[in-house]
Amino acid sequence: MNSAETTVDLQSRRGLGDRAFAWSAGAAAGLVLLILALIAGSTTRNALPVLREMGGRFFTTSRWSPAEPIFGALAFIWGTIFTSAIAIAIAVPISLGVALFMTQVAPPRLARPLVSLIDLLAGIPSVVFGLWGVLVLSQHFNLSRSFLTAGIILAIMIIPIITSLSREVIDTTPVSDKEGALAMGATRWEMITATVLPHSAGGLVGAVMLGLGRAMGETIAAALVIGSALGQLTLNPFAPGNSMPAVIANEWGEAQELHKSALIALALTLFVMTIVVNLAATAVVERTLKQSRGT
Amino acid sequence: MQKLKISLCAGALAVAGLAAGGLARGGDTTTLNGSGSTLSKPYQETAIEEFKKAGTGITINYGGGGSGKGRQDLADLVVDFAGTDSPFKDSELGKAKGGKILYFPILLSPITVSYNLSGVDKLKLSAPTIAKIFQREIKQWNDRAIAGDNPGVKLPDTAIVVVHRAEGSGTTQNFTEYLAGTAKGVWKLKSGSTVEWPSDTQAGQGNGGVAQIVKSTKGAIGYVDLSDAKASGLHYASIKNRAGKYVEPTAEGASAAGEGTQVRDDLIFSALDAKGDKAYPLTAQTWVIVYAKQRDRAKGEALRKYVAFLVQGGQKLLPEIDYAPLPRSLQDKAVKQLDKIALPGSGS
Repeated sequence: MNSAETTVDLQSRRGLGDRAFAWSAGAAAGLVLLILALIAGSTTRNALPVLREMGGRFFTTSRWSPAEPIFGALAFIWGTIFTSAIAIAIAVPISLGVALFMTQVAPPRLARPLVSLIDLLAGIPSVVFGLWGVLVLSQHFNLSRSFLTAGIILAIMIIPIITSLSREVIDTTPVSDKEGALAMGATRWEMITATVLPHSAGGLVGAVMLGLGRAMGETIAAALVIGSALGQLTLNPFAPGNSMPAVIANEWGEAQELHKSALIALALTLFVMTIVVNLAATAVVERTLKQSRGT
Repeated sequence: MQKLKISLCAGALAVAGLAAGGLARGGDTTTLNGSGSTLSKPYQETAIEEFKKAGTGITINYGGGGSGKGRQDLADLVVDFAGTDSPFKDSELGKAKGGKILYFPILLSPITVSYNLSGVDKLKLSAPTIAKIFQREIKQWNDRAIAGDNPGVKLPDTAIVVVHRAEGSGTTQNFTEYLAGTAKGVWKLKSGSTVEWPSDTQAGQGNGGVAQIVKSTKGAIGYVDLSDAKASGLHYASIKNRAGKYVEPTAEGASAAGEGTQVRDDLIFSALDAKGDKAYPLTAQTWVIVYAKQRDRAKGEALRKYVAFLVQGGQKLLPEIDYAPLPRSLQDKAVKQLDKIALPGSGS
């Protein structure tokens, strides 16, 4: 009797707390969605004039001449994809290597300070690395302004964040799995490929995608080194080019009317692209999770 | 964490201190905020510094951001005055929430065509040649068109590297407007704050960025304002003016351009390609723009004083920072226009 009363009492009290929590969490989640929807709504509305004027040619042509006015964003979209791809290609092997080294190879005495160092670096605003990259790369190594230079600087900017996230993901591999593999006679490399990587695949993809998102939206550092050349639809990494955030940063101050609308349309394109990248990342993570569960 | 807390406390204290200071002096100070033209920013900063010494109790802030931002900010009533290198377009005017706008010219500035060519200290260029160089029709320094402007000068067969501004800019606007107006039929890139530069050109951030690329690149040529060109130690070309004379970019040349310019009653003009033997043809101008009808008496009075200083007492500061003062005639017109800044309740 007594115990039943207590349970009821506990339940009702928990029920109130639960409801308050559920309500506030729901409101917070709803607010995020609302803000996202408002952003999408107002950018779309402001981008409409140029989309009406240019139609599909905004996305399929590369002539960008505010004086005429003609706005084709294809080369800038390409520049964003190209530089981000270069950045990921450079950053992922290095980040994974460092993360594996810290968690699997380095003795604890070395690993612990390394971990705090990388976490510290991940917390520094990426523009700091970017400016450092601009000074060192362009002045001491004499790299000209190009897709490649921008890609390298973006890579420098995203290596700490990818490394830091990867390390945390890799660290969650159960010790029993690793010791099991080693006990079966696996070498360290075999242990890593057999237990660590499959276990953390989903999280690693997530880490890379976060890095990619940063690389795609990075503005000032890219604007400084990419070269601001128009109409560059090329696979040549040494050519100067341009990317969407760089164009927005460079041209916003003096832009008027249709030009402004075109820049907002660029922002909208970038917005949609990051959403697509994130959805793709979620899909990849889910698939690898399913695979690793063996279903 | 502890450290963070301490610094937060310190920050809060500092803010509180500032607020208290502001309140204590709140009674007798007026603050004016302005934004816009980066071309005139060095002058604004120098003038604000000098104006403060006069002890009027007026605080003035000038943030750059570009002429376009300045006009937008004034239109939206975000600032009390703005700096701009080009007037409002008719389509923009309707958006100005405070009504009629007054233009006060404050300075003239020569835009140099700076270059990096070993062995050539003095270069002469005419508008069609500049146009051909900047749209990549001429790619070698020993081209016949350049040689035609420079009889007797030995030009090396170095490749030309064209440098322009990466970001939208009033300097680009003036430079391309000059070429569109003077090299008619040759210049094809139109005019604007950004134009469709050929892709085999280089871009620098700001006047300083262009100057830096020109300085470090053999065969480079770019348009840079005089003070940045001088600060970077660049060589710059003499440019053929309307009278057929080749004139070096100097403060005197720019002032002469101001004298040879047709000025409208509202003080809007363009100093590009002006008349006169001594006029430097690539001369930009910049205005301070304010609403004719002020809403706040104290602010309006402060604004009158500051604009008066910019067009009168401050003018002598200009040559030191490599800008040109207004010619006498223009200065007089600007001073006369000060009365048109109407204060609320004064009936004037």
